[in-house]
Amino acid sequence: MMTARTAGFVACDRCGLVYGQDSAICTRCGSVLASRAPLSLQRTMAWLIAGLIAYLPANIYPMLLTSTLFERQESTIVEGVVDLVHHGSYGVAFIVFFASIVIPLGKFMAMFYLVFAVRRHWALKSQQRHVMLEIVEFIGRWSMIDVFVVAILSALVQLDTVATINPGVAAVSFALSVVFTMLAAQSLDPRLIWDEAETEAEAEARA
Amino acid sequence: MTLPIAEQRLIACPRCDLLHLDPEAGEDSADLDYTVRCARCHAVLMAPRTGAFTQVFVLAVTALILMVAAVYFPFLDLQVAGLTNKTSLLDAILAFSSGLLLPLSFAVAALIVLIPALRFAAVAYTLWPLLRARPPFRHARKMFRLAEVLRPWAMAEIFIVGVAVALVKVAGLASISIGPAFWAFCALVVVAALHDNFMCRWTIWKSLEQSSG
Repeated sequence: MMTARTAGFVACDRCGLVYGQDSAICTRCGSVLASRAPLSLQRTMAWLIAGLIAYLPANIYPMLLTSTLFERQESTIVEGVVDLVHHGSYGVAFIVFFASIVIPLGKFMAMFYLVFAVRRHWALKSQQRHVMLEIVEFIGRWSMIDVFVVAILSALVQLDTVATINPGVAAVSFALSVVFTMLAAQSLDPRLIWDEAETEAEAEARA
Repeated sequence: MTLPIAEQRLIACPRCDLLHLDPEAGEDSADLDYTVRCARCHAVLMAPRTGAFTQVFVLAVTALILMVAAVYFPFLDLQVAGLTNKTSLLDAILAFSSGLLLPLSFAVAALIVLIPALRFAAVAYTLWPLLRARPPFRHARKMFRLAEVLRPWAMAEIFIVGVAVALVKVAGLASISIGPAFWAFCALVVVAALHDNFMCRWTIWKSLEQSSG
């Protein structure tokens, strides 16, 4: 097992081509070469904190403003889920609950854990961390569901005085939160996670 | 600095940096079907398939045509108590266009229409000359890199799930008729999934390099 870094090379993280240390740009795909993405942990952390800040108002302010002939109702993300449960749509309630509450919270925890684990050299199998990052990268985008639900509902339900649905401010901050955490996941160089495995193996070899 | 010949046969896993020998180096095996995964993290390193360029190109063009249909045809109609509201994809995008929420309109437009369309167009632009064994068009590398960068931001499949959730939410309150644009968009999601599945980035990068001399 030898990595490009231990062999003294720099690899392109887009197309996989291997270069000598002094190369700056990949001649095949034109990407900027770096053995490890510079300031990866710091940038990940910054995007995560931004995402967390945007996530708070997303849960406090209303996501949907519904008005019918008789009443005007504002509902937050959580209230939207509770509403669905009251209507007996358990399946859909579960999808919304999962996409707008479980995924974002899980994503924050997983990403903070990964950053700290790499930084503090915590012992755990790299394979598990890698799978964790892949799940975060793959599933993180699906939080956007609720924003699209709001967009469709507000476009669809526009019946003058009888019934109208309009988007609330939370839609903006929720969308921002999803975008920021996607950027956080993209900023984390997965090769950093595997560097730990290398030092473990080296330690074993020395012992 | 270009590496000596011996090192040109190496490729590094983009996800974990592990070095592998390029199985294609030295032999002309460009039309074999196989998948190479990283020995350590199991990321797919290459998955060339016979005729993949043609398939991916056709799927990208199909997706573009479906996108045009999805934008122009009626998407959903809502009827309740004699009132009707016709909604197109454009209306869904413009749902946020009042006041403070305007930036979200741009974001939704980008995520569900502009970015997916741009991605398919960029892939089609890259592959068309390669298909006919011609040198790539100008800026083909930039276009393909753009397509790669945009990949996580194309959210057509997420949008369609969002639409399904919205339909369940209003199903009890009003009757809804589904327009052709809805089906066009569903087809688009399937075509996009096939498109991503058939595409081997390694082969495309390699062909871009080789055919540009």
